[in-house]
Amino acid sequence: MSKQTKQNLITYGIVIVAYIIVEILILTGNLSSHMKGLLVPMTYYAVIAVALNLCVGILGELSIGHCGFMCLGAFSSAFFSKLTENSLPTVPRFIIAFIIGIAVAGLFGFLIGIPVLRLKGDYLAIVTLAFGEIIKNVINAFYVGVDSKGLHFSMKSSMELGMEKDGNIIINGAMGITGTPHNSSFTVGVIVLLISLFVVQNLINSRDGRAIMAIRDNYIAAEATGINVTGYKMMAFTISAAIAGAAGVLFSHNITTLTASSQYFGYNASIMILVYVVLGGIGNIRGSVIAACILYLLPELLRGFSNYRMLIYSIVLIVMMIVNWSPKVIEWRKRTFGRLNLKRGAKEVA
Amino acid sequence: MSFLTYLINGLSLGSIYAIIALGYTMVYGIAKMLNFAHGDFIMVGCYIIFSVSSALSGNSAVGIIVAIILCTILGVTTEFVAYRPLRGAASPLAVLITAIGVSYLLENIALLIYGADIKSFSSVIKWEGVSFADGQLKIQGVTIVTIVVSIVILIALQLFINKTKQGQAMLAASEDKGAATLMGINVNRTIALTFAIGSALAAIAGALLCSAYPSLSPYTGAMPGIKAFVAAVLGGIGSIPGAMIGGLVLGIVEILSKTYISSQLSDAIVFGILVIVLLVKPTGILGKVVQEKV
Repeated sequence: MSKQTKQNLITYGIVIVAYIIVEILILTGNLSSHMKGLLVPMTYYAVIAVALNLCVGILGELSIGHCGFMCLGAFSSAFFSKLTENSLPTVPRFIIAFIIGIAVAGLFGFLIGIPVLRLKGDYLAIVTLAFGEIIKNVINAFYVGVDSKGLHFSMKSSMELGMEKDGNIIINGAMGITGTPHNSSFTVGVIVLLISLFVVQNLINSRDGRAIMAIRDNYIAAEATGINVTGYKMMAFTISAAIAGAAGVLFSHNITTLTASSQYFGYNASIMILVYVVLGGIGNIRGSVIAACILYLLPELLRGFSNYRMLIYSIVLIVMMIVNWSPKVIEWRKRTFGRLNLKRGAKEVA
Repeated sequence: MSFLTYLINGLSLGSIYAIIALGYTMVYGIAKMLNFAHGDFIMVGCYIIFSVSSALSGNSAVGIIVAIILCTILGVTTEFVAYRPLRGAASPLAVLITAIGVSYLLENIALLIYGADIKSFSSVIKWEGVSFADGQLKIQGVTIVTIVVSIVILIALQLFINKTKQGQAMLAASEDKGAATLMGINVNRTIALTFAIGSALAAIAGALLCSAYPSLSPYTGAMPGIKAFVAAVLGGIGSIPGAMIGGLVLGIVEILSKTYISSQLSDAIVFGILVIVLLVKPTGILGKVVQEKV
């Protein structure tokens, strides 16, 4: 077994062991209902953290609108589930909802990638940021209803839909989608997390993944080796957006009223996920999962801390970046802790 | 006549974007980094003017001067504490994420001090404005002052960059930092100076922005900041006249699309422009193509 395979298996193992422990706690009745309510959000934040780490750590492009993809996945899948709630059995409907959410988020990731990813520079950050805000605005002004004649769309108000009496409004502008079936469970969340981990870790260890990382490390050299820079960038970003869409599907099937609010899909939410990724280690997939779980649970458990949470997150973000990336700090760390790291260094050389 | 009024309002909003975009484009040109916190410097400037004017019972002139000084200090300090240590980091993402952290930090400090509720900002310009053609065409004082201030700033900056030694040092440092250092230019000090000018401009832009749109919240600066970046890209990032042109075009497009198309979609239209520019001419209107050497 190669070293990499072993590392991947350890990651799956951690997730599965954590899942078994939690399930035992639930069965023995040691988990409060408040804690139980945190389990599904924990899994979708872990999933989206993995998605963002693929974009930031492996592809080396900053996206600060990943919650926008989550929003798209959430709304498209909730729309489908609401539409077919009475006509399809639960399991196939939920699976199709996942496929739709993933496909829509992936498609938009692809469309955004076309103008941006052929360029060098920080454009992706600004375009994804703008995209995240726009998608929120557009959905808040979006009305869809269904009646015996079919679907009705409007961008003005629910009255403009002009529906028959038997009509049913599905997306009600800023009021969002109400009454999506609650199909997400902790088990489903863990399965989605395992699948996303499987996809991302196998991508990293494949020929394509090595090409993507080569682009990140030196795109001129990568191009000179014959790697299709734009193509591989598009591939990684689309996969990342699609996984964020899967997180959105989990999200929308766990909440009674789904609205495109800033709390869940705004700039702040995207930054929070960036904090998970940075704290877990940029490029370290396992770290993202662990950091997302711990950082999601901590403020929920320490309620008094909530006013200062964002302040502390921002300071953590700045300090972590300077400690981990500043050339002078790295040099200082090498000088001070050099002796401690000697053994590890020797191993790496060998 | 109403079209002319909208056009002038667009010019005024565009002038504010242009002043913000100047700060972006100068910092991007020289430090090669996107200062995400630039929009939040605007917000900080507005809150300083707000606090000082209410403490001095409505004396906004002092407020503006204090805001310019404090924003300059804030900009230079941010550069020194957060950005300078990351210069030459292995990944360009490091400084970008730090800038997001700074932006987030400023927003949350403002949130803790002033709360999330929207404060009403009293205009710093008391002049009523002028009206033409029997009152059919009214131009507000704030609109005229904004346009004049932006033109003055543009001319002053052009003179500063082309005629003074410090300005030439900026040009040299933006071209090639290594060669500039060999020529005896203190690159660190030059970058700090750029941040100082950019932040002072942000304070001025804040005063004008909140005079025209008098609602102040911790997130006031975020959206204008992003739009000003779009303006800088549209005009060609790194180019000072480009930032001006980009800002004006963007302001006019925003106001006209708000009026004639849809107010909810105007942001989407503005960012649509960014996407089109990136597709057609990524270097912007006045930008130049720089070939990267190995």
